[in-house]
Amino acid sequence: MKMSRLSFAKALLTLLLALPMTVLAGEEAINLDHAPVNVDDHESLQRGARLFVNYCLTCHSANYMRYSRLQDIGLTEPQIKENLLFTSDKPGDTMHVAMASDLAKAWFGSAPPDLTVITRARGANWVYTYLRGFYRDDSRPTGWNNVVFDKVAMPHVLHEMQGEMAPVYRTEKDEEGKDRQVIDHLALVKPGKMTLAEYNGAAADLVNYLAWMGEPAKSQRLHIGLVVVLFLAVFAVVAFYLKKEYWKDVH
Amino acid sequence: MSEMAVDGSKRRFLVAMSAAVGGVAAVGAATPLVMSMMPSARALAAGAPVEVDISKIEPGMMLTVEWRGKPVWIVNRTPEMLAMLGKDNDRLTDPNSDLDQQPEYCKNPHRSIKPEFFVGVGVCTHLGCAPSYRPEVGPADLGQDWHGGFFCPCHGSRYDLASRVFKGSPAPKNMLVPPYKYLSDSKILVGEDHKA
Amino acid sequence: MEKVISWLDARFPLTASFKAHLSEYYAPKNFNFWYYFGSLALLVLVLQIVTGIFLTMNYKPDGQQAFASVEYIMRDVPLGWLVRYAHSTGASAFFIVVYLHMFRGLIYGSFRQPRELVWILGMLIYLCLMAEAFFGYLLPWGQMSYWGAQVIINLFSAIPFIGDTLSTLIRGDFVVSDATLNRFFALHVIAIPLILVGLVAAHLVALHEVGSNNPDGIEIKKHKGKDGHPVDGIPFHPYYTVKDILGVTVFLIVFTAILFFAPEMGGYFLEANNFVPADSLKTPMHIAPVWYFTPFYAILRAVPPLFGSGFPGVAAMGVSVMIFCALPWLDRSPVKSIRYRGPKFKIALACFVVAFLGLGFLGTQPVTPVYTVLSQVLSVVYFAFFLLMPWYTKYDSHKTEPERVTDK
Repeated sequence: MKMSRLSFAKALLTLLLALPMTVLAGEEAINLDHAPVNVDDHESLQRGARLFVNYCLTCHSANYMRYSRLQDIGLTEPQIKENLLFTSDKPGDTMHVAMASDLAKAWFGSAPPDLTVITRARGANWVYTYLRGFYRDDSRPTGWNNVVFDKVAMPHVLHEMQGEMAPVYRTEKDEEGKDRQVIDHLALVKPGKMTLAEYNGAAADLVNYLAWMGEPAKSQRLHIGLVVVLFLAVFAVVAFYLKKEYWKDVH
Repeated sequence: MSEMAVDGSKRRFLVAMSAAVGGVAAVGAATPLVMSMMPSARALAAGAPVEVDISKIEPGMMLTVEWRGKPVWIVNRTPEMLAMLGKDNDRLTDPNSDLDQQPEYCKNPHRSIKPEFFVGVGVCTHLGCAPSYRPEVGPADLGQDWHGGFFCPCHGSRYDLASRVFKGSPAPKNMLVPPYKYLSDSKILVGEDHKA
Repeated sequence: MEKVISWLDARFPLTASFKAHLSEYYAPKNFNFWYYFGSLALLVLVLQIVTGIFLTMNYKPDGQQAFASVEYIMRDVPLGWLVRYAHSTGASAFFIVVYLHMFRGLIYGSFRQPRELVWILGMLIYLCLMAEAFFGYLLPWGQMSYWGAQVIINLFSAIPFIGDTLSTLIRGDFVVSDATLNRFFALHVIAIPLILVGLVAAHLVALHEVGSNNPDGIEIKKHKGKDGHPVDGIPFHPYYTVKDILGVTVFLIVFTAILFFAPEMGGYFLEANNFVPADSLKTPMHIAPVWYFTPFYAILRAVPPLFGSGFPGVAAMGVSVMIFCALPWLDRSPVKSIRYRGPKFKIALACFVVAFLGLGFLGTQPVTPVYTVLSQVLSVVYFAFFLLMPWYTKYDSHKTEPERVTDK
């Protein structure tokens, strides 16, 4: 947590300025696609886990997630060991990443964020749209840009699967009445190994997995919750009659 | 206060019901709190069985691995070392491993599954120090009658090469042998045996 | 059993206390819906203390480990997620219950003579609660925790002369850092809770000294029966204990439904940005305090700076909270309860509620010119409710209070 005096002063200044007039600068409302999340669909979660381990975990960690927890989505310990355990040798370990974060920072300009709770921070819909929102942009050092994350540092890791997309623009009037180009949608210009429908399915599996990983206790939470609320409803009925009985005395 | 007759039995019944349901609620509320004090997934992971490749241990050498936060020794004993094991029996506190300090399948003269490979928890039974491995015979500091074994630097407890304690040591018992099993000729799993 | 109790009674006023505060504490028999929230606040206080203790067993107040230790509680600790959600939902529930409890005091005149001290002790409890929530909110060490604390602490910089030193003193560093986290932890888990529990005890003792108010705003002690007890009073135990048990079960249904089915409450109870670890170099786009602080935050933003100093806004925010303490002396109406007050007070109160809720909403929103004007108008309404109270209550019409409580 080293911070130069200057950047501290800058941060402070920004803050004080932001205080009386916080504005949602630049962040235009982008229509996010709906991610079909279903954390009870174990097959989808298992496919997602495989994608995550193969493609994401090379750069992104999931430092709070233990491999052994994958047993919750129906995998056995030997299956985890044989198919998913790349960065560690113990299933009880967390999904750390081999790449040092300062090295990653040098390569990508910013350290790839930990993904354990990414869907809780960004929302599943955002991540789903993001994974399907990469397009070719030669002005970027990586050659890629993204519809929901402009000038993103991450290249399109899944482009072998999706293929290459290019933006199709439409003209829109801005606040001052001038014409401007906005991305209407993306179109496939170079097919990948999958059809777009298959790729959407794969992205959905991956997001489903990320959503599950964000809160592995969710299914348990909902189940316990149902029991607790039903029990309390019974309690309330008993309490109601108890109160009624005693309050007969009060006139 | 009341002119109406109070139905005492109904009232008692409702109080009992409420107390019962309230009791269940209290137990239910206490459950997550008590459960949260149990070992966490991290603690369980740290205590998980450890796989060890024993093919790289040269004869006479020792490998230390960590299991449940404790050192576990794996010694590849040479035939000479094994030959020494029976010789000091009269000077040992528990030469036949009668005390429950090892799994049943290691209750034998060499205290191991395969005679050459000794697996033991490296924690002195006196006060929990980690003894050091002293395989040499008759070193100057330990004396002429030392035939190789483990020596605890804290209070001078002496053990032979099967972690059996010598009489006169402050330590009361032989050191523990953990449960373990052979996954293959070159691999053992410390912390889990065939019973589990 | 009896022997044990008499042994204890000879050495400690056990039976006497039970009688004084429960079985022979006579409360008005006409308590309505609004009178549940006091006991519910006590319940939530206990809940927060107990869950807090168990969270402390696994939480690490360290800049490097705090965020991870919260995720550790959420994942690795058996049922740790439940304890944590109970605590985070409990924080918001506390404020909901306390706001309703305070509103009850407002409509039925519970702050009026002879209950001024009960009211002021209640306000001190509320202040402690705000401090407790503020200190606790830093602990998850997410982006909202971090920048929220940064912004609030910087408010103190606006105080003339001592401001900068004061905010540095609070942080123990030039930015919010590990040192800040560590001391906030100490304040959150021990200092403030100790004061809070003491104040709650004082609040109850003071209340039981003067007796509870009721929806009619009349004193039941004026009419005592032959037995010396108020004729319109009933023993708190068993009548209000069984009634409060019912209230507790209904409250818990709502509370657990949120806890288990919507613990984030759409980002109001747990904010999305707080799932990003604190980063001292990157401010989130939109910082807003947690919902329970937003009315005061909106007032802060509504007041324009004076001579380049943000102090007026800070002062206005402070006054907007503290002004509640003056209520017993601002109200000049001859009656206490809204049931017998005239239209002027009712209109003023309605305007105040609209202003409070409106400011609460505006505090969560990013500032636009329209919103700024709106929050300025509502701030004026907010303060006018208090400052004009001596006049509109004095010249208001009123109905005659009944001699005895009206319903039940």
